[in-house]
Amino acid sequence: MSDLLNSVSQGAGDPPVPQSPAAVSSAAWLRFKRNRPALASAWYLAALLLAILAWPLALKVAGGGFAQTHDPNWLSDGQFLPPGSLHWFGTDVHGRDVFSRVLFGAQISLLVGLVGTLVSLVIGVLWGAVAGYAGGRLDGFLMRTVDVLYSLPSVIFVIVLITTLGELMKHAPLVAHSPALAKQIRVLLLFVGLGAISWLTMARIVRGQVLSLRTRAFVEASRVLGARPWRILTRHILPNIFGVVITYLALTMPAIILYESFLSFLGLGVEPPMASWGTLIAEGVGQINPLRVYWWLILFPGGVLVTTLLALNFLGDGLRDAWDVKAR
Amino acid sequence: MSALLEVRNLKVHFPLKHGMFSRVRETVKAVDGVSLHLAPGETLGLVGESGCGKTTLGRAIVRLVEPTAGDILLEGDDLLKMSGATLRARRRTFQMIFQDPYGSLNPRMTVEQIIGEALDIHHLVDSAAARRKRVFELLADVGLESAYAQRYPHEFSGGQRQRIGIARALAVEPKLIVCDEPVSALDVSVQAQIINLLADLQQEHGIAYLFIAHDLAVVEHISRRVMVMYLGRVVELAEAKEIIRTPLHPYTQALISAVPEVDPATQRQRIVLPGDVPSPIHPPAGCPFHPRCPIAEARCRTEVPPWREISKDHWTACHLAGAPAAARA
Repeated sequence: MSDLLNSVSQGAGDPPVPQSPAAVSSAAWLRFKRNRPALASAWYLAALLLAILAWPLALKVAGGGFAQTHDPNWLSDGQFLPPGSLHWFGTDVHGRDVFSRVLFGAQISLLVGLVGTLVSLVIGVLWGAVAGYAGGRLDGFLMRTVDVLYSLPSVIFVIVLITTLGELMKHAPLVAHSPALAKQIRVLLLFVGLGAISWLTMARIVRGQVLSLRTRAFVEASRVLGARPWRILTRHILPNIFGVVITYLALTMPAIILYESFLSFLGLGVEPPMASWGTLIAEGVGQINPLRVYWWLILFPGGVLVTTLLALNFLGDGLRDAWDVKAR
Repeated sequence: MSALLEVRNLKVHFPLKHGMFSRVRETVKAVDGVSLHLAPGETLGLVGESGCGKTTLGRAIVRLVEPTAGDILLEGDDLLKMSGATLRARRRTFQMIFQDPYGSLNPRMTVEQIIGEALDIHHLVDSAAARRKRVFELLADVGLESAYAQRYPHEFSGGQRQRIGIARALAVEPKLIVCDEPVSALDVSVQAQIINLLADLQQEHGIAYLFIAHDLAVVEHISRRVMVMYLGRVVELAEAKEIIRTPLHPYTQALISAVPEVDPATQRQRIVLPGDVPSPIHPPAGCPFHPRCPIAEARCRTEVPPWREISKDHWTACHLAGAPAAARA
């Protein structure tokens, strides 16, 4: 509370009260908490994450019939049941519980998004920052590499990667006798493929930002003071591109999730009976016919996907604004 | 060797690139053979119009740009032979104050972090408390309250930011500060404050300044000697009062005639130079000033004027300087 008063009194232009470094960093947290949509999004995502993690445990603990009817892969006779007290999101063409499938599918979808975002954050930012700061031949080499990867159509790149490597893996002696392992390798390849294309744009954006920052006087001042390049990069350049990076990450994660949905829709990503949000929506779309509308098959997976993407965007905006010291 | 800084025949040429595969054919001769020396605690003013290479010269001296040729001796040691850790450690001796008070401070760091970074890099303090104490001292030195230490640069005015920049430069106790147009971005009233602050700090700490400006009035106020640059070369060097009273080079005369007079009674004949500054890619043959010079002769177009001492401590590079006025009419 005293922190809040502090920052409010400063906002009014009064003489500043000396603050500890901890108080300064908590100012960013305060700015974030004042941003309602961002805070609500953070809570929503936390609740979703909790549900995803807790649901399999809950099934295990409950056991018996409940666990069986809610097993995402258990086929029952109750096909196309509308949402009710037993199946909250209804059931699909094979009588499987849609609620369970959405939560299990979220594991794949969010994990793909997370891996893509992390690769983009770590490799993309470092790649671009080093290229932009070092300049010269290193810059040329790093960015030409990005150009070459960029020039490959990314969909085709991922498809070729998954099909060729996937087939190779199938014939490998270790995998040949274990279909489960083959499936996991396929998912892993999906991660690798999506990760490989996710950082390219980030590297370019970061390089551009670094190029414009490194000629700024405060970076030169640091050089004149005798700072090492690593210090300049981490203290002066990276903190100043954080806003752009966060904004772009908030765009990358939905894009990767959609990419995965698209590949799964094509049958290249997750193999049935495993589910991701993309395959669930694809199944729902497949059931559209003029006689009956099974709206829950599209509405629930689609709704969760859309709200998650929205929440990620709000969260990204909130983080960017909280990071901006000029914001009040 | 009593000079703190000695620059000998310094050249900074920037290659012009035409594309990825083409060879470098042309260069911008930003600084083309400049020599100067600076005694400890002295101020040398450096004036010239935009694009004459004065900023590049200052940046080359603090090793922000790599000179193409020449020597920079700091306390007798050649700076250009240093690199890596040796150079970084030696950077304590020379600092720079930048022109743009808005761009020279990291917007994401508090004042304490900005000044503290200088202390951290050279390990000048051994505890957080000592660091804070030193930052407060430095803020007091430049006339800022210690309460400002936790604020961010955007909360300050231009003059206050320039003071923060000065405190950062002072933090490492340098012997030389290159001031790159430190007041040209400020209001006139604030300019005077900053210049007086710089003069006070010089008295107190015995720092030598290389004071770069395009405003002769500002330079005259703070400098003992003034050097005039044109198109990458020095055209005149003299005591500040001497150069104002009896400028020898026609370019300096034009510069001085352009200084606004407060008293409307003393009407000075304004010398308006024809044309623009020639391109530093293809500087004119002979005297670089001849295409715009009102008194140029035939030999000015072919012969490079030598650097001559016309009267005591008054140097210039002009064929006609020192000749009787009648001959020049």
